[in-house]
Amino acid sequence: MADEVVEGLKAKFGEAIKDVHEKSRRRTYITVDSDRLPDIAEYFYKDLDCRLQICTGIHMEHGFEILYHFAIDRADRIISLRVILDLEKPSIESIARRVPAAEWIEREMWELLGIEFRNHPDMRHLLLTDDWLEGNYPLRRDWKDWRGGEHDTSE
Amino acid sequence: MTPVNRTQIIPIGPYHPLQEEPEFFKLHVDGEKVVKLEIEIGYNHRGIEKLAEGLTYDQVPFLVERVCGICSTSHPFACVNAIEDVGGFDIPDRAKYIRTFIGELERIHSHLLWLGLAGHFLGYNTVWMWAWKYREPVLDCFELITGNRNHYAMFKPGGVRRDIEDEDIPTAMRIVAGLERPLLMFAKIAMADPVLQARLKNVGILTYQDCVELGALGPTSRASGVPWDVRKDHPYAAYDMVEWDVVTTENGDVFDKVIVRVLEMLESVKICKQCLEKLREVKDGIDANYKEIPPGEGIGHHEAPRGEVFHYVRSDGSNRPVRYKIRAPSFMNVPTNNRAVVGYTVSDATITLAAIDPCYCCTERTIVVDADNGKQLMGWKELLRLSQEKTRKLMERYKSRMDRVWI
Repeated sequence: MADEVVEGLKAKFGEAIKDVHEKSRRRTYITVDSDRLPDIAEYFYKDLDCRLQICTGIHMEHGFEILYHFAIDRADRIISLRVILDLEKPSIESIARRVPAAEWIEREMWELLGIEFRNHPDMRHLLLTDDWLEGNYPLRRDWKDWRGGEHDTSE
Repeated sequence: MTPVNRTQIIPIGPYHPLQEEPEFFKLHVDGEKVVKLEIEIGYNHRGIEKLAEGLTYDQVPFLVERVCGICSTSHPFACVNAIEDVGGFDIPDRAKYIRTFIGELERIHSHLLWLGLAGHFLGYNTVWMWAWKYREPVLDCFELITGNRNHYAMFKPGGVRRDIEDEDIPTAMRIVAGLERPLLMFAKIAMADPVLQARLKNVGILTYQDCVELGALGPTSRASGVPWDVRKDHPYAAYDMVEWDVVTTENGDVFDKVIVRVLEMLESVKICKQCLEKLREVKDGIDANYKEIPPGEGIGHHEAPRGEVFHYVRSDGSNRPVRYKIRAPSFMNVPTNNRAVVGYTVSDATITLAAIDPCYCCTERTIVVDADNGKQLMGWKELLRLSQEKTRKLMERYKSRMDRVWI
């Protein structure tokens, strides 16, 4: 099963698959091209019958990472698709129209990390209040609480 | 003359002290029928993911235990799985059995709590009292083993913090085995009671396709015939070392969600008994004592009472996580209300919103407001009364058949 998935992916998407890291039998991390990500995510969801567990957005020194965690329940595996986005202006095509389970988490990543999801069907605040100051993204490393005072969590 | 907009809005939520997750539902109703639902969350956003980045790996399980007050072991369970996954650590079998035992005992107490509240909202206050009566010994069992009735603080990366003593095993066994009879009784009543059938069957249906699309989890999806259960699909702890079955039903209505939960508790009893038996023999320590977490990333999950809890951790080799991601099952389950509530009546909305488990208490904040002039038409008490009244009417209709069930 393990390599069938990876081989199939490489055959179908070729150049878009940049790196495959098989951490263990049950966990695989695949770095893919961010432009092709929506197609690959749809392939996982529709053709491979995977379940989108969640996405994780991370602010790293080399850019914003998003991990799309797909579970293959029949084979006891989790495959995480990794994309790396530009630090200055992180932006990626939304997959919410193709994979409905992603709708909420994309809203969350937008408001907490400031990643733009192009063509999202309903981009509004999810966790933060509607009057949250624009351009403030609390999960970014350099975030300073604009409300000041004791709320400041930066080190 | 402009056409009269007959749609009214019923706001439900956002806060109630009993609720583990505050949510705000806006029901758009036309007469009795719900035509649209808007969901807003985030009223209790505590920034736990950010807080976790400032704590050491030993402290994180205590922090995530506070994510949820009812299923307080689910998050530490997923958390230690994730941290152990970073380094590919294995833990002693005895610790695995203890973890499994705590996890399943918690499922029983959480489902009983839900069953009681569901009964209350339907006007079955006997079910409420009885379900909570049988939940009490479960909490006593927790107190006996962990010292706490809730927030057990049993888990640590590499094992568990407290052992289950040999002399406590017979008491725990007696409590767990004593649950079988009442649980069978609940199952029998639920299946036989004509009013419950009339009230819950074909209400709030969630189809197989809805579940797959929205990624619904736990009993919510298993009631629709989707057999996802990470305990079976991605075995961890001792779930592949004991005998048990995944419970699924086909219809996806509220009735099936009740049945799935009741039958699931019986499976949990089965698992608990096997774990206790094994604890008499398996004595290879409770802690692997790992000192350092290597750089890398790890994913851990656990089938909580409400569905899969998912944790992701990124390590850079220091003693604190670089990034900590938590996904609770309700994050995936709450959007399913969009499909399950619309098209049914207001009196069914309370129990349908309650059926996925997190939001029974939101109903306590419900008021019906006239959308045109903002006048309050109905408070949560009236809605609750509406729901209970419907049951009472059905009870009268089915009176002759009822007598045979409740003897």
